[in-house]
Amino acid sequence: MAKLTFVGGIHPYDGKDLSKDKPIREVLPKGEMVYPLSQHIGAPAQAVVSKGDRVLAGQKIAESGGFVSAAVYASVSGTVKAIEPRRVVSGDMVMSIVLDNDGLYEETQMGELKPLEEMTREEILTAIKEAGIVGMGGAGFPTHVKLSPKEPDKIEYVIANCAECEPYLTSDYRRMLEEPEKLIGGMKVILRLFDNARGILAVEDNKPDCIALLRQLTKDEKRISVKELQTKYPQGGERTLIYATTGRKINSTMLPADVGCVVNNVDTMVAVYRAVVEGKPLTERIVTLTGDAMKDPCNYRIRIGMSYEELLEAAGGYRVQPEKVICGGPMMGMALFDLKVPTTKTSTALLALSKDEVSAMEPGPCINCGRCVEVCPGRVIPSRLADYAEHFDEEKFLENDGMECCECGCCSFICPAKRPLTQEIKSMRKILLAKKKKK
Amino acid sequence: MSEDKRRLRVSSNPHIRSHVTTSGIFFAVIVALLPAAGYGIYNFGPRAIAVILVTIASTVLTEFLFGLCRKKTTITDLSAVVTGLLLALNLPVELPLWMAALGGVFAILVAKLLFGGLGQNFMNPALAGRCFLLISFPKQMADFTTRGASFGTNGAFTWDAYTGATPLAALKAGESVNVMDMIVGRTGGCIGETSMIAIVLGACILLLLGIIDLRIPGSYIVSFVIFAGLFGGRGFDPAYLSAQLAGGGLMLGAFFMATDYVTRPITAKGQYLYGIFLGLMTGIFRFFGPGAEGVSYAIILGNLLVPLIDKVTKPTAFGYKRGGKSHEK
Repeated sequence: MAKLTFVGGIHPYDGKDLSKDKPIREVLPKGEMVYPLSQHIGAPAQAVVSKGDRVLAGQKIAESGGFVSAAVYASVSGTVKAIEPRRVVSGDMVMSIVLDNDGLYEETQMGELKPLEEMTREEILTAIKEAGIVGMGGAGFPTHVKLSPKEPDKIEYVIANCAECEPYLTSDYRRMLEEPEKLIGGMKVILRLFDNARGILAVEDNKPDCIALLRQLTKDEKRISVKELQTKYPQGGERTLIYATTGRKINSTMLPADVGCVVNNVDTMVAVYRAVVEGKPLTERIVTLTGDAMKDPCNYRIRIGMSYEELLEAAGGYRVQPEKVICGGPMMGMALFDLKVPTTKTSTALLALSKDEVSAMEPGPCINCGRCVEVCPGRVIPSRLADYAEHFDEEKFLENDGMECCECGCCSFICPAKRPLTQEIKSMRKILLAKKKKK
Repeated sequence: MSEDKRRLRVSSNPHIRSHVTTSGIFFAVIVALLPAAGYGIYNFGPRAIAVILVTIASTVLTEFLFGLCRKKTTITDLSAVVTGLLLALNLPVELPLWMAALGGVFAILVAKLLFGGLGQNFMNPALAGRCFLLISFPKQMADFTTRGASFGTNGAFTWDAYTGATPLAALKAGESVNVMDMIVGRTGGCIGETSMIAIVLGACILLLLGIIDLRIPGSYIVSFVIFAGLFGGRGFDPAYLSAQLAGGGLMLGAFFMATDYVTRPITAKGQYLYGIFLGLMTGIFRFFGPGAEGVSYAIILGNLLVPLIDKVTKPTAFGYKRGGKSHEK
């Protein structure tokens, strides 16, 4: 069977060998914990604790501030030290709850759990919402919103995004190898919400062991199948993934549900399983610490809220002084200037590179080579869009489908003139989106 | 380690880049042109070296001096070398050297730099230089009388005088030509255009490196062959069509000039259209025009149509229906 894929995309050096063969390690934070109230798309959460309160691990410290919002839970026990703006990965100051970790990791008592078979659709959704689950692949869209389309019976595919197309990242890979039953369990929970849907576990073919394992474990599951994707970035992008697995296309104005699909990544599905079946809120996740400057690249199970600095120390620090440290993968991640920022629900990786190849490259003029057009999964002309963005030509930018850019970074990667195409298009989109919101 | 060195660099994503660079691409093009240049030197003798060197020197020097005025060095991207080399390969070997140099200056200064430099020119600079010379010095540009190497019966080569007519001119006059000679390149013509084998060899390098693809050369050649078959006057006679393909600047034009990134359409669909247009125009110039050649003017005309082609072949963004903005299921 032909490998499932999309038109466009790139094949960067994937760097996964650095960390893929080491089992996930546990790390317990000792220092101060910071929980930004906005670590998801939507309204900020509202703090329900105040300074001086003692909280336990697994206790809700902020409740969701609207329908499109998510609750936040303490991941350790300790005392609320402050509720104040703190710097986060993006560089912004965000209102956060700061905990003094008492190092006891005392947990709250779980309420009575209903078996999954007896739960109604509403009860499952409430459990997911209550657990504060958001899309953990990076975007951070509240999962219960994603799982509440207007017409649940029209959902035909629940897709687990197991592509992990971002270079260097191996957290989903390790999760699939070490806890595949939780992923499949999460899928089963979500399938309970959509009676007419089939579940697809979509894995890139650079993870044959995962494919074999998942196939083995789902061989008796009538509603779940494993699909093999061609290894190519950005295979795990929502639009490209839906197209590769179902042949359906959505554009920037549509939701996956418009074509009968729901997409969640591996960690999110595991979180759903933990919330609904084990009754545990979202307080931990897997983070890949990797890069050629990292002493001991590996995956860590972390308590959300610990600082990157502490995580790095726990992982043994650097091998050599890095020039660049990235929160996330090299394609879509954010460069950090300071590691004293908290990990959040959407922290996928900490990547330390000894050389920053981007700053060593001088951008030159566009020679119209068309490579960006070839690789663009959005099927637009990035070089032209970047020009329009540079000249702030709003009309031309919109006319040429600038808003269809998914900011995957393929154009910047491939450009022989080393133009920062993605950056220019992204800035323009940001301005135009803000403008639209204002209206 | 100083505090400064320890500071982390911050930039927008993506944080990795492919290793293909602009100068790398132009370097590959230079390498790919070497077989044609080499055969030209072999075929036409040492004077070809002089023409090639003078032309390249004039293009690079023009770019360098212009860069001095604007306090910006642009010769390191190697594009001026490519322009110079391409132009030289499109010149007759007996052309006075000062004319070759003038052509180089025109190509770089007028066709490229005055329009904003690399990436901004709307016309292939080398071709603009050649057409400028064709118009300014028609006699010298059509002087293909030269001495060159040729094989004797025993296989060793000797320096021989060629007649003035190029194979295409002979074809047009109704004379017969030796197709094998044309494919190998043992004919008169411009320095780099005579050997189909050498040109295709170079083109293969670019194809294998992914620097060019077959969209433009393929649609150009196919549409030209069909046109020649229909309107060439000799039907689909394989020998005649091969001679038309191997003759003149068609091969060099199709693989090295029509594929020039800056002056060709950017989308796949546009590139096919462009190739077909070039094939038709070359046919019209060759079969209905006064001269035997037509590639240069066809490509120049094609260059002028690129903005229009780009406009009508605007791609449909992912998730939209062709042409419309209605949602697609």
